Amino acid sequence: MMAALIFVASLATLGMFFVSYCRSLMASSSRHPLSAEVRDVTGIRTLASAGDYRRVTQLLQLCPDRQEDRNELKAVNMYHSFLTAIRRMFSWIVPSLRSWSEHEQAGCAYFAAVALDRRIAHNREMLAQQDDL
Amino acid sequence: MPGPTGLIIWFLGTAFELLFVVCSLARNSFLRYFFLNLYLLLSTTVSIGRFFILWNYGVRSDEYMYFYYYSDALLTLALFVALISLYSHVLGELRAGEYLKWGAVFLLLGTAGFSYAVVAQSADRLSTNFAYELSQNLYFVGLVLTYILWGAVLKLHETRTRVVQIILSLGLYFSAYAASYALMNFSEKYSLIRYLSPALGCFLPLSWSLTILRYSEESRLAPARLVAVPR
Repeated sequence: MMAALIFVASLATLGMFFVSYCRSLMASSSRHPLSAEVRDVTGIRTLASAGDYRRVTQLLQLCPDRQEDRNELKAVNMYHSFLTAIRRMFSWIVPSLRSWSEHEQAGCAYFAAVALDRRIAHNREMLAQQDDL
Repeated sequence: MPGPTGLIIWFLGTAFELLFVVCSLARNSFLRYFFLNLYLLLSTTVSIGRFFILWNYGVRSDEYMYFYYYSDALLTLALFVALISLYSHVLGELRAGEYLKWGAVFLLLGTAGFSYAVVAQSADRLSTNFAYELSQNLYFVGLVLTYILWGAVLKLHETRTRVVQIILSLGLYFSAYAASYALMNFSEKYSLIRYLSPALGCFLPLSWSLTILRYSEESRLAPARLVAVPR
C-alpha cells in the first residue's frame, strides 16, 4: 500500500519535472527567429501549430544529423508523445487539456523548426569549408 | 559480479560523472558549482572503490556489503550538500545564507535522529541498518527539498538557464529514483527493474554535463515559459 502511494506520488512529481524540463529546453530556442527559407519549407509563418510537428520532424530526418541537438530533440519528441497520450486519455474528462496540449505541441513544432534551421546553417558552413579546401 | 549489462551501465555512469567534472573545468565553472563537482568526484571514487572490492571479495562478502552501505550514506550526504548549495544559488540574493546553513544542519540532524529511532530496536548490525535507513530517508528529504526549490525558482523568477536545468534534472532524478524504488518493492524479479536505478544514476551526470556544455553562465530563460499553466 505504502509502495503504491510512493509510486503514484513520485510519478506525479516525475511528470511535473519532465514537463518543466522540456519547457526549459524549448524556451531556450523560443526567441530564435526562423529564417525565410525554413519558414517557406515548413509553412510556419510566425507561430507554429500542433499539426506542424510531424512535417518538421520529417524534414529534420532528411537533413544530416547534428550531434549538439540530438538529445534535446529526443527529449522534446518524448514530450510530444507524452502530450498526445495525455490528450487521448484525459481530454474527455478535462476538455481544457486539449487546447493546452495543442499549445504545447505547437511549441514542440517551433523547437523542431529552430533545430532544422540550425542544421541547415551548420551544413552550409561545412560545405563552404569543404569548398575552401 | 554483475552481468555485462550491469557492468556497462556502471562504467557509463562513472564516465559521465567524470565528464561533468571535466566539462566544469573546461567551462571555468568548477568553483561556481563546487559541491556538485565534489559529489560527482566522490561518486567516481566510490564507484572505483566498489569495483575493486567487488573484484577482490565478491558480491556476497561482508567487505562489499559494509563498503556499499557506508559509501551510499556518504554519497547521499554529499548529494544533500549539493542540493543545499543549489538553494544558496537561488536564494543568494535574499542574503539567507546563515538561515539556510542552520536549516540544513537541523534537517540533517532530524533525519539522522529519525533514522536512528527507526533502527534502534534491532540490535544486530545497527550501524549498517542506520546507514541504509539514513540514505533512504535523505533521498526522500531530497525529493521534497527539490520540489520546494523548484517552487522557489518559479516564485523568485529565476532566469539562469544553467541553474534552472540543473535543478530540473535533479528533480527528475529524485522522482524517477523514488518511482523505481517503489516499483522494486512491487516486483524485484524482473531484471529490467533491477537495471533501472543504476541507469538513472547515468542520467543525472549526463544531463548536468550537457547543461554545462550547452549553456554559458550568462544564458537566460523567460521564467513565464517554465510554468506549464500560465498564471
